[in-house]
Amino acid sequence: MIKKIASCIGEYKKNTILAPLLMIMEVLMDTMIPYIMASLINKGLSGNGDYNYVVKTGIIMLVMSVLGLAFGMTSGINAAIASTGLAKNLRTALFNKVQLFSFENIDRFSSSSLITRLTSDVTNVQNTFQMIIRMCVRAPLMMVFALIMSFKLNAKLALLFVVAVPVLAVVLYFIITNVHGFFKRMFKEIDNLNNDVQENLLNIRTVKAYVRESYEIDKFERISETIATIAKKAERILVLQMPVMMLVVNVINILLSLIGGKFAIYGDIQVGTLNTMFTYTMQILMSLMMVSFIMVMLVMSIASAERITEVLSEEPTLANKENPVTEVKNGEIRFEHVSFAYEKGEDKDVLRDIDLVINSGETVGIVGGTGSSKSTLVQLIPRLYDVTKGSLKVGGVDVRNYDMKALRDSVSMVLQKNEIFSGTIASNMRWGDKEATYDDIKKALDLSCASEFVDKYEDGYEYKIEQGGTNVSGGQKQRLCIARALLKKPKILILDDSTSAVDMKTDALIREGFKNFIPDTTKIIIAQRISSVMDADKIIVLDEGRVVGLGTHDELYKNNDIYREVYDSQVKGGDDDAA
Amino acid sequence: MPPRRPMGPPPKLPKGRMKEVFVRLIKIVSKGYVLNLVIVFACIILRAILSAYGVSLLKDLIDDGIRPMVGVANPDFHPLYLVVEKMAVTYILVVIMAWVQSRLMINVSQDALRNLRNAMMRKMQTLSLKFFDTNKNGDLMSRYTNDIDTIRQMISQGIPNLFSSIVTIIAVFYGMVRMSWQLTGFVIICLVVIVTVGKFLAGKSSIFYVAQQKSLGKVNGYIEEMLNGQKVIKVFNHEEEAVADFKTLNEDLCNNAKRASIFANIMMPVMAQMSNFLYFFVAVFGAAVIIKGYLPITLGTLIAFLQYTKNFTNPITQVSQEVTSVVMAMAGADRVFTLIDETPEVDEGKVTLVRVRVNADGTMEECEERTEHWAWKKPTEDGFELVELKGFVEFKNVVFGYNEEKIVLNDISLYAKPGQKIAFVGHTGAGKTTITNLINRFYDVNSGEIIYDGINVNDIKKSDLRRSLGIVLQDTHLFTGTIRENIRYGRLDATDEDVVNAAKLANADYFIRHLKDGYDTVITGDGGMLSQGQRQLLSIARAAVADPPVLILDEATSSIDTRTERIVQDGMDKLMDGRTVFVIAHRLSTVRNSKAILYLENGKIKERGTHEELLSMRGDYYKLYTGAYELE
Repeated sequence: MIKKIASCIGEYKKNTILAPLLMIMEVLMDTMIPYIMASLINKGLSGNGDYNYVVKTGIIMLVMSVLGLAFGMTSGINAAIASTGLAKNLRTALFNKVQLFSFENIDRFSSSSLITRLTSDVTNVQNTFQMIIRMCVRAPLMMVFALIMSFKLNAKLALLFVVAVPVLAVVLYFIITNVHGFFKRMFKEIDNLNNDVQENLLNIRTVKAYVRESYEIDKFERISETIATIAKKAERILVLQMPVMMLVVNVINILLSLIGGKFAIYGDIQVGTLNTMFTYTMQILMSLMMVSFIMVMLVMSIASAERITEVLSEEPTLANKENPVTEVKNGEIRFEHVSFAYEKGEDKDVLRDIDLVINSGETVGIVGGTGSSKSTLVQLIPRLYDVTKGSLKVGGVDVRNYDMKALRDSVSMVLQKNEIFSGTIASNMRWGDKEATYDDIKKALDLSCASEFVDKYEDGYEYKIEQGGTNVSGGQKQRLCIARALLKKPKILILDDSTSAVDMKTDALIREGFKNFIPDTTKIIIAQRISSVMDADKIIVLDEGRVVGLGTHDELYKNNDIYREVYDSQVKGGDDDAA
Repeated sequence: MPPRRPMGPPPKLPKGRMKEVFVRLIKIVSKGYVLNLVIVFACIILRAILSAYGVSLLKDLIDDGIRPMVGVANPDFHPLYLVVEKMAVTYILVVIMAWVQSRLMINVSQDALRNLRNAMMRKMQTLSLKFFDTNKNGDLMSRYTNDIDTIRQMISQGIPNLFSSIVTIIAVFYGMVRMSWQLTGFVIICLVVIVTVGKFLAGKSSIFYVAQQKSLGKVNGYIEEMLNGQKVIKVFNHEEEAVADFKTLNEDLCNNAKRASIFANIMMPVMAQMSNFLYFFVAVFGAAVIIKGYLPITLGTLIAFLQYTKNFTNPITQVSQEVTSVVMAMAGADRVFTLIDETPEVDEGKVTLVRVRVNADGTMEECEERTEHWAWKKPTEDGFELVELKGFVEFKNVVFGYNEEKIVLNDISLYAKPGQKIAFVGHTGAGKTTITNLINRFYDVNSGEIIYDGINVNDIKKSDLRRSLGIVLQDTHLFTGTIRENIRYGRLDATDEDVVNAAKLANADYFIRHLKDGYDTVITGDGGMLSQGQRQLLSIARAAVADPPVLILDEATSSIDTRTERIVQDGMDKLMDGRTVFVIAHRLSTVRNSKAILYLENGKIKERGTHEELLSMRGDYYKLYTGAYELE
């Protein structure tokens, strides 16, 4: 894990090494100064005093302090460059990696989890990394240097530290490990609470409709109380930390005063030495506190680092073969005994032994109930997933032999879950064709019946789309998505329930346009309503992952029970959607 | 995941409002804990004084305990022991004070936070839908998360630290002046320089911090949008463009973050070394003074004084930090209070819903046990009267708009007799859903009236009105919990058997049984593992278990494919049997057998009648119905 993340340091290696090195120098200055201070007091102020010595040592200390400042600042600057640089590289690496992901990879992580990994997890790692290259060097070094210097001053007094430091370390360790468990539980409860609030906001109509306000309040207050209880328990331990540390330090100081005082009276040490020993006590205490703080941060960010590494180590499940075919000849599709399963294991197949031929330029409808795997079937065509068994050929070539980019350029698909992006209508359209002119866009929008509302916008094609496409209606969004797909000038066009929010008249107009203007493109249409596929050259009826009917409307109506049932429910008795 | 806070620094409150918020917050915090707080503040004061005193003991240690005895043949250790004893007592007391102070604050702060959270939720549940329409969910969420957290920091750290810093400054200042006012004056002058530099750096740093947060917001927004649309990116081979755009934003963020981080990082060494400088100046200056004999200062005084200078700079930098944190917390507290102060949904209804027993003579009598009968309990001048709940709903010249300017429903009059099924059809935005929102008083009419069993709905207590109406919404959101709990949401005292029966009625039983844990399968994340259709089935089951006399189905089957719908239809028919039903549907097959179908356009009823009547009218309904054939 550390290796994976460290490899993202990249061009910031120099800064990553410089920051702790400079920090060493700063710490060295910080611990040397009290030592010199001791001699200033001891030598400069003993007897009648030595004014020149005082000024001389004063200047030395000042120079050291300025050096310390310079080292400290440059260390800080390098650390800043290294940590923000690492964050940048991590984000780039993650983002680029996700771009290589297949649908299977995306499904495995889920979008929201990927978003967390790219945002808050990266920030956590960035902060921790900065801490590691600064504080993780500073804290232990400070302690070691302070100990060395105090031994140099007076070894007998310094023995006090040797006893005290382990005691403190044990106490701190005890507190941190105890508190950690409580905090983990508390964060979980806080998640629950947030989740509860969010659900209440989303479900506010349901809550009100069923008059469950007091029920929801009770539920919320239970979680709220749990949080308060756990937090109290955790803090009760946590508040021991500072007093315990102070206690140890104060005991050291008292002992120093007593023993050091006696030494001074006997003339073994001088007052300046005693004073400096007090300073070292503080430095040692501070570095221990820093260590305990670092430990907490480290534990918290390890989880983040792990989540990031997971993404970075994920292997894309689909890859181009060597010397892939880069041209799709035509829009012919052949399923040869294709089976498919999302997960391994027996009886997990969601498509079973599909054998189909769709000729170039044909219009094919697919109908079937929820869970009959209609979407799965079409997603195999642009190789969004690989077949588990059998072979799928487009233009006479197995899809696995194509260059994926070339294949997907020729197979244009409008997904069931449509997304348009923030930007303008034109910028969204140019996803389909980077060089598309207004004329090209107009043609596509005309064909998808989107011109009728786009032309009404004052800004026309430069109309701004909000993030998530919230400022167009569902039906408008679907038509824009169809236009975008058309701009690819595909050999195969797949619409996965893409006109469900479009009214029937418009839906029919769009299909009419397809027939007249893109006759050579193979068109595959998945639809809930039969009227959307009735006039297709071929209709495929799917049920539980099997083809249970194939033929024209008239044939199926005669011979296929399922088809007839659906049709009757929708049309014969008189139906249909009226958006 | 909690929503991200809107980027940039929180807006500052005007002074007057800040004081108001502060006082109110203090009142909430001190509620029931006045004694605790008094002790806490006493501890803080004592601790500061004792710490300052402890430093002055250093002088005694050196000047009285050590120096007089140095070189003496048979030294007297008593003065030394005496000082060390004093030190021991003082230091131990300081530790105890520190512990008592933070220990007592735990309950104070945690209880205050809990009370604030609960108060928000209690109020939120009473607010009208209009409130939720006009406030973003993310914004409301952040009050429970970010704002509460800033308040927590302020209560448990900000205010105690601020107070303690101020007291320490005073105590140390006093101790310093007592030792040597000349040296103190020297320290103060140096401090002014340090504070000025610190302020300059902090100001610069905050400018860069804001810039950093802004580009962080941009990058995170881009990540969110692209990853949510990742499948579209794949389908369109848009990976390279996405990477290129991301690169620009990411570089930008890196540059801004670098600057902000550099300033934050150099803050620490700069402040530390500056206080070091001060220390040296005092040391050299003091030593010179002692040597030259300008001032009557002893070595002990100088050493204690040096210690004071160290103890002086820390609280000064801390004061400015804590003030910022308190100001930020005030902005958060203000947002919390704004929510708590929202005016709840008005409910002047006096008529309540009660269970009744029907006696042999046809009279009704209120009762506790579950019967098949309900009645409206209507207060009259002398007691009350019972009106049987039948489900007769009437709209009289109803006009409504979500806001004053935009009228959505115009002069709607209609009625549904008990047990009738009334359907609304029309294009999106015609006002179908709005009509049903008025029946259960999610919103109130602008003019006109809605009469329910002869009673104006405004006279019925909202909760009782809603209890009499079952509703299945188009967007089905579920709650974290088991499937069983989600269905039982319709009626909390439903038995397991009731739940299963309801699920069977809605045809949900089959798929529920095929889930891993059946009815005990835990739904998380709004039921993401279930399809939209399955969620709708659960929502129908939820309404079925509630068993209401009036049912509102708003696109209840829109995400269920037609074949499944036919199977569900059977259950739906059973569910609708004997109830007044208002149904909104895209699919005309769902509305065909309604008693009356109303065709809405632009908030007006354009056509009404039975399916056959409307077809024979050859109007809009006919067009809608036959839309498919028009082109052929």
